[in-house]
Amino acid sequence: MRPFDYARADDPAGAVAAVAERPDATYLAGGTNLVDHLKLGITAPDLLVDLGRLDLADIEELPDGGLRVGAMVRNSDLAADPRVRRDHPMLSRALLSGASGQLRNAATTGGNLLQRTRCVYFQDPTTPCNKRAPGSGCSALGGYTRYHAILGASDACIATHPSDMAVALAALDATVVVLGAGGETRIPVTQLHRLPGDEPERDTVLEHGDLITAVELPPPASGTRSTYRKIRDRASFAFALVSVAAVLDLDPDAAQPTVRSARIALGGVAHAPWRARRAEQLLAGAPATRESFRRAAAAELEQARPVEGNEFKVTMARGVMVSVLAELAGLGEENEEPHDE
Amino acid sequence: MGHPVHLVIDGQPHDLTVDPRTTLLDALRDHLGNMSPKKGCDHGQCGACTVLVDGRRLNSCLLLAVSLDGAEVLTSDGLAPDGELSAMHAAFLEQDAFQCGYCTPGQICSATGVLREAADGRPSVVTDDHVDDQPIELTEDEIRERMSGNLCRCGAYVNIVAAVQQAAGASTASEGTDR
Repeated sequence: MRPFDYARADDPAGAVAAVAERPDATYLAGGTNLVDHLKLGITAPDLLVDLGRLDLADIEELPDGGLRVGAMVRNSDLAADPRVRRDHPMLSRALLSGASGQLRNAATTGGNLLQRTRCVYFQDPTTPCNKRAPGSGCSALGGYTRYHAILGASDACIATHPSDMAVALAALDATVVVLGAGGETRIPVTQLHRLPGDEPERDTVLEHGDLITAVELPPPASGTRSTYRKIRDRASFAFALVSVAAVLDLDPDAAQPTVRSARIALGGVAHAPWRARRAEQLLAGAPATRESFRRAAAAELEQARPVEGNEFKVTMARGVMVSVLAELAGLGEENEEPHDE
Repeated sequence: MGHPVHLVIDGQPHDLTVDPRTTLLDALRDHLGNMSPKKGCDHGQCGACTVLVDGRRLNSCLLLAVSLDGAEVLTSDGLAPDGELSAMHAAFLEQDAFQCGYCTPGQICSATGVLREAADGRPSVVTDDHVDDQPIELTEDEIRERMSGNLCRCGAYVNIVAAVQQAAGASTASEGTDR
């Protein structure tokens, strides 16, 4: 690990000033990803600005009934908050699906959003990687691709974003509050993470020195149901192959139960949490039937461009989408047979 | 280069001067000679380094000591002051919940944290969405999920679950198991 300076921030503005003026400075929050990367040699900052003493660890109720989650609220505390469990069970389940009990006790809301990909080549400094060393090439193409993207990838990078929490926040239409050198800005969480394009080294739209101070959750829409389901290679403590966060608003009084609106985000499939906008458009006003859900999932995954070794994720994503929507619509269990059109 | 850090380790105050790169695990083992937490993977994946920091179970390999000024740290050693075993230690012995023992101090600290979290009504992903303030019963499913951050290469998992259940006060005899 290369030597670095250490400073403890007393207030958010001071933290931003300290990092903004040093190109190789970075923030330390829970440290679960950063300290690992320091050891692996993936990153070598010359200054760590510790956010641990900032007053950003509260969950406050907003006038509109939403919640403002401080950036330093730990993942386990957010998942256990009774207001989050009551209003956004999808978010609580997503948080609890991630990592281990110890890691969730350390990891923060802001840090979870800004964690880096777990692409094995990104995490191995001895291999070419356009995200870690721009222009060096992508080792995943033609390599081990089981955890890689099937949607929105580029020739430069097929990495996926590893967060579960961010997938739920995308389906919730949460807002990220960012303090930068020029003041405070608010970014829809669905616009925080980038697709790789030809700049895979940039995970998000944030500039150097920008500090996430809070995430704001909208009030729950009455009558909606939401959940999060994660498919992984072992029962616990593993990253998603595919995950689905969904919020379903049904009109139960119609002659046939009808979808008023659906908000769906997929995890484990793209460089960012993937909002399934095509599926959402098809579902608005559609009967809440398995057939509708199948058609919507198929339309969304039509855009998929898997690489050799992760073709299975297209079928898996389609199946999990249908299964989750059917559960939220109260349609009961029925195995989604993989069918290749 | 050196930064002053005040830590209370297993009830004893310590004033250290650390390079900011020093993890809590290395501070405990290399600076203070506390060999209770173990270095397994050193990347937060195995849980052998688990300690309680201000009552919360954490991977000490991923914490920078410099960031913990003023913290109270409990290792498995500190959970057995003067050699007097905690209920969790005793349960691990009685249930034969280890073979080589390398992961055990981390398992003990993690399981001690699990008991507290369940008593406080904090959910896991296998807990029902239903919200109330009641303590959560530590079924086998709950224990397996909550302890997934602690690996045991000897594979003593079945007895670890039994030990955690015993320490939680659950009757292992009446607890239904399908296996």
